[in-house]
Amino acid sequence: MTEKLFPLFVAIPLAGAFLIALLGWKKKGLPEIVGALIPCGLFAYSIKALLFTFKNGIAVHHLGGWLPPVGILIGADGLTTFMLVIVHGVAACVALYATDYIKKYTSPWIFYVLFLVILAGMNGVLTTCDFFNLFVFMEIASLAACTLVAFGTERHELEAGFKYGVMNTIGALFILLGIALLYGYTSELNMADISNILASKGPSRLVTLATIFFLVGFGLKAALVPFHAWLPDAHPSAPAPISALLSGLIIKSLGIYSLFRILVCVIGMTPLLTNILLFMGALSMGTGAVLAMGQKDFKRLLAYSSLSQVGYIVFGLALGTPLGILGGLFHMFNHSVGKSLLFLTAGSVEYTTGTRNLDEMGGLSRRLPVTGSASLAGAMSISGIPPFGGFFSKLIIIFAAVQAGHVGYAIWAVAAGILTLFYLMKAMRQAFQGPLLEKWKMVQEVPWRMRVSMITLAFICLTGGLLLLPQLKGLFLNQASKVLLNGAMYSSTWGGFKP
Amino acid sequence: MKKNERGMTIIVKTVSRLVARIMLLFGLYVVLHGQVTHGGGFAGGVVMALVFILILMAFGKDGALKSFSRSAAVITAGIGLILLVIIALIGYVRGHFFANFLGPGWPFEFWSAGVIPFLNVAIGLVVLGCLYGIIVALTHFHSELHPEGHKQ
Amino acid sequence: MILYMFCFLLFSIGLYGVMRKRNVIKIITGIIICEYAANLFFILIGYRMGGRAPILSHETVMENMVDPLPQAVVLTTIVIGLATTIVLVALAVRLYEKYGTFDITKIEELKG
Repeated sequence: MTEKLFPLFVAIPLAGAFLIALLGWKKKGLPEIVGALIPCGLFAYSIKALLFTFKNGIAVHHLGGWLPPVGILIGADGLTTFMLVIVHGVAACVALYATDYIKKYTSPWIFYVLFLVILAGMNGVLTTCDFFNLFVFMEIASLAACTLVAFGTERHELEAGFKYGVMNTIGALFILLGIALLYGYTSELNMADISNILASKGPSRLVTLATIFFLVGFGLKAALVPFHAWLPDAHPSAPAPISALLSGLIIKSLGIYSLFRILVCVIGMTPLLTNILLFMGALSMGTGAVLAMGQKDFKRLLAYSSLSQVGYIVFGLALGTPLGILGGLFHMFNHSVGKSLLFLTAGSVEYTTGTRNLDEMGGLSRRLPVTGSASLAGAMSISGIPPFGGFFSKLIIIFAAVQAGHVGYAIWAVAAGILTLFYLMKAMRQAFQGPLLEKWKMVQEVPWRMRVSMITLAFICLTGGLLLLPQLKGLFLNQASKVLLNGAMYSSTWGGFKP
Repeated sequence: MKKNERGMTIIVKTVSRLVARIMLLFGLYVVLHGQVTHGGGFAGGVVMALVFILILMAFGKDGALKSFSRSAAVITAGIGLILLVIIALIGYVRGHFFANFLGPGWPFEFWSAGVIPFLNVAIGLVVLGCLYGIIVALTHFHSELHPEGHKQ
Repeated sequence: MILYMFCFLLFSIGLYGVMRKRNVIKIITGIIICEYAANLFFILIGYRMGGRAPILSHETVMENMVDPLPQAVVLTTIVIGLATTIVLVALAVRLYEKYGTFDITKIEELKG
């Protein structure tokens, strides 16, 4: 019964979006209720799905009842449900936050329509087993995100939205070319079948070319360093809930998850590919940290910090050892929660004071105690201070690098971590500590729904380390890392559906 | 030509008045026969949207909005989308998402594809509403940029 | 083989347009060229010399048909391309409204 659940992850957000599109512009309050309830409900569903894949391994649903050579599959394994739990946990908090935040814009119903469409697109990318569906859902999510980046329709928003749209379309076209090459070589679009045929046919230059296209395309989506130019513009310009969604979820599910799903499970990693990914990850780490140092804009600093942390995740996952993959996935979780929290707090500061410039802030934690302490929790988790989750994940990644014999990379990661600590603490001090400026004397704390969502995320940041306890680790992290570790097993576990 | 009259010349207006209903009928035909001919929801929806875009070009924006307003376009697209999801969910209740619960029917006849004609109608409505809405929105930008451009 | 190479050449022309041109509209045109190159490549993969359209009717025999799957895929891609183009054009119009120019070097305010 539960494996029938997975199409609903796409269908329910889409149905909600269409309902809002039909009725929301007339009925006040309906968009907020539908937009906040759907992610919360799907979060409960995703927990159920997590327990199901823990017990049964994988779940497959045949769309329309057609069996594989003809039909399209929707399915999930441990990695998928791991991502689904992260996506819906963060999206529920973000939706709750948005109910108050979005009131300052005109026509909030458009925001909720696009928000739910992004959610549907991300869930589609996560649950699909078909290359072309992956492309379609990815385009759905990125187009909606591109529109939401330009939601404010001011000068900077429009420019960032245009840049984001152009870069993402180019990335998507590279992915399409890669899919076309793989289709030409294997005459299949189903991921498991392609993996089988590639394994039996052996290596080919066409597959190498397709791999390069995938690397460029998903690199653009995940903002790895040579392809990162859109990220520092797009993330600060969006409304705060969308910044949180972009930084916390979209670059991970569209970029990193898809990249590793395809490279590890379908095409198969080679030593050269591992080295390229390790190098790109390390480059992202360093570049993001160095560029974040000199930023005056709070959200822009956080965007560069995302660049650096994505480097950590890719580095950990590319190591390919059990410890490295565990660290990468755990850092993905911690960064999703922590960076979303930081963007939401930056949004709270902008909501109350109307500025994003760090130089103009100061002493705000006296007037905004909840925002200040939540922000501090997020910053400590991202920069890796012991009781918080981020410390353990970074530690695991660095240990894994040493264990795999990449001592130079490990030192580089430690150095980038120290830089992270430096720039985040500097930003925290400038914004929330020190004397309170005269003009912020009358600032009021944000409405309660924004406070509740920030407190929830801060609590998850604080207790994230508990996921490494043996009981929880087996349920949550291990079943995801097992998928990436046994990438070559993908086809055999998913195959066998041919009648 | 009168001063405050909008749109193109009388020839264009007369021809488009004559052609519009026939085009609409053809669009409906393409939508409804999508399962047996080359066509379907998207193609037919584009033809139907082109009718209103033709009216927009011939009679100016006000004339087009009188025959098909913006909120009507949004509602049309919304109804189409909801219909699509409802059909998919009925199939889901019967076993599989997007399952064809009506059976195959007779090959090469009108009732030959079960649920697909209904999906075609839904897609046709979506394309009609969306494409027309997009063109109207873009002309809205245009008239904001060049307020005097429409007075030709 | 040479046809496939021409597809990639067309794709490179589109990429050149995106990277080197300064006009916003020309950048969008470059993206459209890229899209068409990718679609053409996908269609050509499913093509078969002397093949016929994959349409079933009363009297046709099921032989020597071209692969219908890339055609279905490319139809979807064309619709996605339409949506992308519309979003980008709408953004370009709003950009012109705010900045009064289509020159990307004069629009660039976000840096650093």
